Amino acid sequence: MKEISGSAMVCEALKAEKVKVIFGYPGGAALNIYDEIYSQTYFKHILVRHEQAAVHAADAYARMSSEVGVAIVTSGPGFTNTITGLATAYSDSIPLVLISAQVANSLIGTDAFQEIDAVGISRPCVKHNYLVKNIQELPRILKEAFYIATSGRKGPVHVDIPKDVTAALGIWDYPKEISMKTYKPNYKGHAKQIKKFVELLKEAKRPLLYLGGGCVASNASEELRELVKMTKIPAVETLMALGTLRSDDELNLKMAGMHGSYAANMALSECDLLISIGARFDDRITGKTSEFAKRAKIVHIDIDPSSISKIINAHFPIVGDVKVVVSQILDELKQEKIQIQTEEWLESLKRYQNLYPLSYDDSDEVLKPQWVIEECSRLAPDARIITDVGQHQMWVAQFYPFNFPRQLATSGGQGAMGYSLPAALGAKLAVGEKEVVINFVGDGSVLMNIQELMTAYEYGIVVINIVLNNAFLGMVRQWQSMFYNEHFSQTDLSKQADFVKIAEGFGCAGFNVTTKDEFRKAFKEALNAKQTTLLNVAIDRFEDVLPMVPAGGAIYNMILPKLKDKK
Amino acid sequence: MRRVLSVIVLNEHGVLSRIVGLFSGRGYNIDSLTVAPLVGEEFSRINIVTSGDERVFEQIVKQLHKLIPTYKVIESGEFIEKEMALVKIPLSENLGGLDAVLKAYNGTIANSNENFLFLMVADDAMRIDNFLKTIKKYNPCDIVRGGSVLMEIK
Repeated sequence: MKEISGSAMVCEALKAEKVKVIFGYPGGAALNIYDEIYSQTYFKHILVRHEQAAVHAADAYARMSSEVGVAIVTSGPGFTNTITGLATAYSDSIPLVLISAQVANSLIGTDAFQEIDAVGISRPCVKHNYLVKNIQELPRILKEAFYIATSGRKGPVHVDIPKDVTAALGIWDYPKEISMKTYKPNYKGHAKQIKKFVELLKEAKRPLLYLGGGCVASNASEELRELVKMTKIPAVETLMALGTLRSDDELNLKMAGMHGSYAANMALSECDLLISIGARFDDRITGKTSEFAKRAKIVHIDIDPSSISKIINAHFPIVGDVKVVVSQILDELKQEKIQIQTEEWLESLKRYQNLYPLSYDDSDEVLKPQWVIEECSRLAPDARIITDVGQHQMWVAQFYPFNFPRQLATSGGQGAMGYSLPAALGAKLAVGEKEVVINFVGDGSVLMNIQELMTAYEYGIVVINIVLNNAFLGMVRQWQSMFYNEHFSQTDLSKQADFVKIAEGFGCAGFNVTTKDEFRKAFKEALNAKQTTLLNVAIDRFEDVLPMVPAGGAIYNMILPKLKDKK
Repeated sequence: MRRVLSVIVLNEHGVLSRIVGLFSGRGYNIDSLTVAPLVGEEFSRINIVTSGDERVFEQIVKQLHKLIPTYKVIESGEFIEKEMALVKIPLSENLGGLDAVLKAYNGTIANSNENFLFLMVADDAMRIDNFLKTIKKYNPCDIVRGGSVLMEIK
């Protein structure tokens, strides 16, 4: 067999894994790898302008395409800049592989230039990581990295490769299949537990599906829609699950939790059988845990056994992949042909939906962020949506009608500001020219990775950035208004940059928007533009995200909007 | 509540820091820890004494399982548990009765020199506690405990 260099192995592995786009930033220790990238034709390399952006872009690429995302960076600071990206992907179980260069083996431990203990730093932020000590183990490690990232509960895997290993020659024996003694994820649900679950369904009077990110990760939307249709069991979705069911499905009670709908939170509080599917009982969903679904038996379906009974004790755990387990349940239900009497339950939920639907007071004097979001969905239905973190993120979750899985990419678990601009670029590369990608971002968060407008310009990646600008770090401001005597400590951003000039400076087009007409006009221009656009939209400075459950409170105690004219 | 468990892990680069990092990162306690490779295998055995209520312990076990290099977590059933202790006692002390104490705990005099006696005891952790209490009257100037090693009975 022919010997090839470690750098060539990296490229060959990416080819074998059918990777089409990678995101990265070169540097001293990565020079050998980048020399190999220069001459290969297997994949496209996107030069981002900050390593954090490389990982966020790869992350959104994975979220939109359901394929693995890949990023490559150099040692030291190149690597440390990726940590926020890794943590974001880890919290949301996003499959990606980060390859970082490291100083040569002979220099490791000497505090060499751009040396840092990379695997030591990434360890708590990744599903697994490797320091490649010699060329012989590189093919196996690369294979394992892709296998671990994309199997079981998915997640980021980090491979740190010293410079001498990237130069060394070795035999390229990339394994086609892999079997690891210590890692064997389980996909199929226990048959007995499935039968037991169906028995439980028969007795339930107020059953509720609680759908989480695992529904998206395992591509189980079709099966779940069938389950809802067949059983007439209502469902709530977490932020990470939005789009699993259609937003206009009557049985979809919308998002639950801190900023969830009244009906969703009341359903969680009053159900007698809670069927958690690929969700992990995050504190933003449960509120006060002792009050959460306290009348319900809990069924918990999850591929990760450590998620089960971590926060809320599960009476009926089913370990397995959501898609596989839900298919098993459907098979069982088709045989049993059970009737679940949910009419009464659905009626009371309907009352909750009508009592406090998600709504807001619109205005013609000042733009309301909710109107902007709804208008986008009217002018560009079924767009792919990216959000950053904060008030705008929650408004999008509440008011954009998500109708298919992987329509939304957002930093859920970590809530990492700066996510959305690089993520929008990764998303656009994943979905292609025909689909519209809209990035909703705040005037705070857009500045955290604004340099990626340059990447958009260089590669002609066309996305629409909508800055919902309230000249505040809005979510923190909202808490300061509600719980900190309106002490707007370090949250007033009224000193503003000229966003239009910034956009233009990066070769993109910018628009200032203050009225509905201006918005419609600018958005239509953006839809037709052949370049990335940024709409700086001045919104009501003091609009709050409501409903809201105060942190640590029971989710049935919600602060509800006091509307002037009820829609 | 005191808990003991053994983790069988791939004997590879960085595996111990994964285990230790898991405990520190999630706020679990490690009361003692011993590690050694298994004879003739690619695995190592890590014995951990920890504490926590049932729920915490269940999470510890699951999180240990979740680590990629973890082959097995042995947490239930009965263990033979032994811990070693070394004790340094000045020869100038009144050593009357020491023999009987050592006998009671199957201890030996491991070594001595012109100034000190070195005692060695191997027993379960609770009896080591008792031994160390008993030996206090000889004014030991150094005590070293080794951490528990475990073997399942079945």
